[in-house]
Amino acid sequence: MKTQIQFIALFVVSLLLGACGGKQNADQQGAGGKLKGEVRIDGSSTVYPISEAVAEEFRAEQPDVKMTVGLSGTGGGFKKFGRGETDINNASRPIKEEEIAACNQNNIHYTEVQVAFDGLSIVVNPQNTFVKDITVSELKKMWEPAAQGKIKTWNQIRPEWPNEKFNLYGAGTESGTYDYFTEAIVGKSHSSRGDYTASEDDNVLVQGVMNDKNALGFFGYAYYEANMDKLKLVPVDDQNDANGKGAILPSVETVKNQTYAPLSRPLLIYINSVAVKRPEIQSFVNFYIDNAGVLSREVGFIPMEDAQYDAQRSKWNEFVKTHQ
Amino acid sequence: MNKRYETIKRAKDGAFKYFGLFCTFFGLIMLAIFIGNILFEGLGRLSWDFITSYSSRLPEKAGILSALMGTVWIMVMTALLAIPGGIGAAIYLEMYAKRTRFGNIVELNIANLAGIPSIIYGLLGLEIFTYQLQMGGSLLAGAMTLALLILPIIIVATREALKAVPRSLIEASFALGATKWQTIRRTVLPAASSGIITSVIIALSRAIGEAAPLIVVGALAYVPFVPTSPTSDFTVLPIQIFNWVSRPQKAFLVNASAAIIVLLCIVFFMNAIAVYLRIKKKIKY
Repeated sequence: MKTQIQFIALFVVSLLLGACGGKQNADQQGAGGKLKGEVRIDGSSTVYPISEAVAEEFRAEQPDVKMTVGLSGTGGGFKKFGRGETDINNASRPIKEEEIAACNQNNIHYTEVQVAFDGLSIVVNPQNTFVKDITVSELKKMWEPAAQGKIKTWNQIRPEWPNEKFNLYGAGTESGTYDYFTEAIVGKSHSSRGDYTASEDDNVLVQGVMNDKNALGFFGYAYYEANMDKLKLVPVDDQNDANGKGAILPSVETVKNQTYAPLSRPLLIYINSVAVKRPEIQSFVNFYIDNAGVLSREVGFIPMEDAQYDAQRSKWNEFVKTHQ
Repeated sequence: MNKRYETIKRAKDGAFKYFGLFCTFFGLIMLAIFIGNILFEGLGRLSWDFITSYSSRLPEKAGILSALMGTVWIMVMTALLAIPGGIGAAIYLEMYAKRTRFGNIVELNIANLAGIPSIIYGLLGLEIFTYQLQMGGSLLAGAMTLALLILPIIIVATREALKAVPRSLIEASFALGATKWQTIRRTVLPAASSGIITSVIIALSRAIGEAAPLIVVGALAYVPFVPTSPTSDFTVLPIQIFNWVSRPQKAFLVNASAAIIVLLCIVFFMNAIAVYLRIKKKIKY
């Protein structure tokens, strides 16, 4: 029945358009070391610019490989990944229990490769002169679910701050950014107060903080970098002297050496174990790890140390060996 | 007493005229500000290279080729799928269907369908076309989803156009011995054509700006090739614009404005065709 409907649908449309090509054979190796086939990537819109940059450069070397990158979000991407529809999933947070279960159900194995860091930046309006630093527990007091309707003024956070209302700006609840922030600050993923201005578009948050002198917001470091003159960056103290004493500002250096904690987050790609058998996937991921350092900085993210890339590379090589 | 009443009446009349004038100009001024702003930002970026290049991480090298071609493909396919279906359903409901309870329910539901948010159609398309019919994230799945989205709009507006055909014309046709189909083909459709064309253009103009349902169905963002068949992967201009608008670097916002200009040109072009056809086909009674 299903195939019949499918056949009729295809037939009707092919009549209408007079053209109906099939998918090209995916895994053939062309002459002269040139690869063919396709690489299907989807997932996080945060990681998208890095994957786009790598795909663009890879295409210059291997023009016959069909590259596609989607942006259905980390969660939406994992749904497709768990069905085996995509080869690689971009993720701005680690895979969740239920997503692992979905992969297992469809007999899909995967490996995780970290490609860069992002420093989630805490920003206030430049007219705000009193917030010079903030601790993780103060941020928790501001953002936790219990704060809703109760914690409203700056002096409730720190007594020497003025008795004025503050307004919060942050990532929308569907994004991996929100999950990471709440996990790091509130202690529980996907749990925060609801009365803040939420947007999936970080440029909207930038606008909000720029125009509101009582604002405090968080978003990726690239958005701070592009609007430095209109925003004030707040150093964050995680009250753990083992990774840097006192409040620390996010910067390429502090995110890279992990002293900016707990808000430096890893940006990840997940690769399907069945796809690994294809030469174009192997070659693409190798290319990704080799070039992620330079390209991630170019699009606004923060590269890892060389040794960390080496570690990711050997983890990846191991995975290729076991699934070949 | 009577004179005072007269003055108030005239004052109200004058006030309403200026209120109406204000409403008209408010809409026009907003549109002018929007278009002016977009032109100011993006016009300088428009070039042949911009139209014939693929997306890139470097804003100055990036172009809209695959998005533009995806939009053209999907609009043609959506039109082919939705127009015959929509007009056919409207003719049936208006000319053949009897006024029964069932007919009323169908009618009410079509009117309701026209108001459902597009993302819901996206979820429907994902389940039926992408998964059940195994079309994946292809142009075909996207076009079918958009066709569903605009069908109710075409049906409702086409019925209005058919209703506006004078009853006397139809009866004259029957009186000359024409069958129902002959009457519809030779009398009703020509008389209603300008209204039907307008309904189709309004519906297609809505479809051309949709990004959300297509992302749900599986449209992509970085597609460095032009679609070659209805089963191709694709991206469309609204997705490219959405993607550029949410990037941190300002230069991408300029690209987004330039892409919006291209999208607006397509919409204006479609409207121009509609106006032309309307003038050409206008029938005076």
